[in-house]
Amino acid sequence: MLETRGVTKSFGGVHALRGVDFALTRGEIHALVGENGAGKSTLIKVLTGVHRPDSGTVRFDGAEVEFHRPADAQRAGISTIYQEVNLVPLLSVARNIFLGREPRTRLGLVDVAAMNRRAAELVGSLGVNVDVTADLGTLGLGVQQMVALARAVSVDSRVVIMDEPTSSLEAKEVGTLFDVARNLAARGVGLVFVSHRLDELWRLCDRVTVLRDGQRVHTGTLAELDRLGLIAHMLGREISEVARGGATEFGETHLREQEPVLAAEGLEVRNRLHGVGLTVRPGEVLGLGGLLGSGRSETVKAVYGALPVRSGSVRVAGRRVRPNSVPHALRAGVALLSEDRKAEGIIPDLSVRDNIALAVLPKVSRGGLVAEKRIDALVDTFLRRLRIKAASPAQKVRELSGGNQQKVLIARWLCTEPKVFLLDEPTRGIDVGAKAEVQALIDELAEQGLAVVLISSEMDELVEGADRIVVLHDGTVRDELSGDRRTSAALLEALAGVAETNEEGGDD
Amino acid sequence: MTERLATRTPPEAPDRTRSRRIDVDWVRRNGVYVALVLLLAVNVLITDNFVSEGTLRLQLIQVVPVLIVALGMALVIGTEGIDLSVGAVMAIAAALIPLYIGYGTLVAVLVAVLAGGISGALAGTLVGRVGVQPIIATLGIMVAGRGLANLFGGEIKSIRDPGIVELGTGSLLGIPYVVLIAAAVAASAWFLVSRSTYGRRLVAIGGNQRAAELAGLPVRRVLLVTYVLCGLLAALAGVLLAARSQASDPTKLGLLMELSAITAVVLGGTPLSGGQVRIAGTIAGALLLQLVTATLIFHDIPDSTAQIAQAVIVVAAVYVQLGRKKAKR
Repeated sequence: MLETRGVTKSFGGVHALRGVDFALTRGEIHALVGENGAGKSTLIKVLTGVHRPDSGTVRFDGAEVEFHRPADAQRAGISTIYQEVNLVPLLSVARNIFLGREPRTRLGLVDVAAMNRRAAELVGSLGVNVDVTADLGTLGLGVQQMVALARAVSVDSRVVIMDEPTSSLEAKEVGTLFDVARNLAARGVGLVFVSHRLDELWRLCDRVTVLRDGQRVHTGTLAELDRLGLIAHMLGREISEVARGGATEFGETHLREQEPVLAAEGLEVRNRLHGVGLTVRPGEVLGLGGLLGSGRSETVKAVYGALPVRSGSVRVAGRRVRPNSVPHALRAGVALLSEDRKAEGIIPDLSVRDNIALAVLPKVSRGGLVAEKRIDALVDTFLRRLRIKAASPAQKVRELSGGNQQKVLIARWLCTEPKVFLLDEPTRGIDVGAKAEVQALIDELAEQGLAVVLISSEMDELVEGADRIVVLHDGTVRDELSGDRRTSAALLEALAGVAETNEEGGDD
Repeated sequence: MTERLATRTPPEAPDRTRSRRIDVDWVRRNGVYVALVLLLAVNVLITDNFVSEGTLRLQLIQVVPVLIVALGMALVIGTEGIDLSVGAVMAIAAALIPLYIGYGTLVAVLVAVLAGGISGALAGTLVGRVGVQPIIATLGIMVAGRGLANLFGGEIKSIRDPGIVELGTGSLLGIPYVVLIAAAVAASAWFLVSRSTYGRRLVAIGGNQRAAELAGLPVRRVLLVTYVLCGLLAALAGVLLAARSQASDPTKLGLLMELSAITAVVLGGTPLSGGQVRIAGTIAGALLLQLVTATLIFHDIPDSTAQIAQAVIVVAAVYVQLGRKKAKR
């Protein structure tokens, strides 16, 4: 019904999609999966008219279509439901469903009675029990997603694209959402389902398309594919390589027999983390593995006090750190290089110098005034040590390349002289040269006695860079790989949950 | 330079937008000085008696309230905020003077200025701690504050206290006190922004608040201080205005001052999107605004027309900013 043929799209020379064929048939629920940067969102944006393909075609009902803007796709009958519901929280459920198409009385006023009646019928037919006169904002996120779905139905959508609709839902809400989705499929609507919770795919979807590095690597029914096979496709590993299991690549672990400098226990974050604990010794690089949504970033943010925890404790060098406070974590010697460089890292319009000096301002200030000379010295040292390529320290940081921006941020944290450095995807989105430099730097820092926590979606980086790897799944620690188990194969198995099911002697 | 351009910009299209961006950027940054010089030149040519001590002195005295308020506003805008309550705060401060003048000039002035600080603390708490959008928080304070000023002041009251009269009309070495005070405020603001730790934090928060939080900056405290400073300065401006006119009119005093102050800041090249504070630009913006109004008055153009002129200037200044943003995409 909706398909793309050979769609290619690139942004500034980087290929986001390369000749992707994708086909959605009537009444099916089609999963779209891939790791970050695989091209899922670009493909969705092409399907919904946000982006136009550089080459290749989009076909709808057998005819070639060109969507110039999202409204074109909507008019054709393609609705999109995002993770964050984009409806109006202060209007009633019924108003939201009929927004912009309210039934009118003869006087041209909104016919509230008719609107509520029709809305009630509609949500009832989807098997949802909700008061349509209630303000949307007072309802749970799950119900809000359902309302978004109901709206899609009421505009006679023939294709509904759901982009990670379940990531902030409770288990029960997910169940209801799936019922509604199946109900829609039974009516002949085609659904595209994007989720990083892989378990959900088998519960809901008929077929799956896997993207990797902008290319389609697999399409087929989910019934024919097991979890390990799917993950192998996503990460680009051969199944045979996985099946070999327990390969014997010895890693050079140089664990020092010292007390852990970082010890986190029982970290609980609502819907995200369920009792995660970790310890890191001075000089150790602890890898943190896991698929998208497994809680890697949440774990380091919780340690850093940037994500409110319900319970759990963090100790640095034996001292308990006050929870949920970034300044206290920083003072205790923890630093976090955030995954999202743009949103959470750089201050684009400030200079390289001011970006580097940001976190260390209290230390280089006297009586509320900035000691400019001390900053200059500090900045100068790090520009040279990290080989940051900037025209001058006064250059605005947004004018630098991604790799140099990343180095500026690393410099910002090293200025604070941390004992524990949390690195969330430190090499993502930077060029090969900078990547090698950052990796070498991580090694060097660990050798100098820094405790490092390294998050990476790249298996090689974890296996080669870390002394020990903790694998997370759904907000809990699933496995820990060290010594001779620190191999790609073992990691892949742990990611897929094979180790766990084997131990239990079961198979799903 | 040419080498870098050749290697870094392969396609032609971005190059064009790039040079356009530089143009717009330059206008945004320096346009206010150019406009100020041009308008001064025009007045020298066409306005009788423009180049006289009396005229220039009057212009400087008249620009003082807008300038002082605009300096506080520039700090707030630097945090990606806005303060609509400044006009009402001026009225509150002015209304308090007749009430407390019985305790002496100094006490009355201190009480009035402190009231501005309290109002600013309320705004800063709402924005920083409660998380209300600045425009909403300060809109509420603006409406409530004007009501409060009426409640304190009632009708127009004249102020005859010799201390206040001296403050409003006296001068030192031929320079009016109010101008000296404004100059001191401007110098302090410049020092704060360019030299203090607080100033660094302020622009960092305005540039990327989430990143600033993650860098351990005391975001709430900086926001609180900023709104308090803005409130204090607005109250000071209210006191000086009342002192000069020797009267306090709670319904009229400071009316639409928020608009003039924002205009002066924007004209001066401080972007509404925060992350930068341009003190010199703000001073020039306030002077330009004053000179536009004065030029129209010199040539007997009615006040209502002057307001329209101000509106045109606001739109033009904001347009230049937006133009820059679009070109960046």
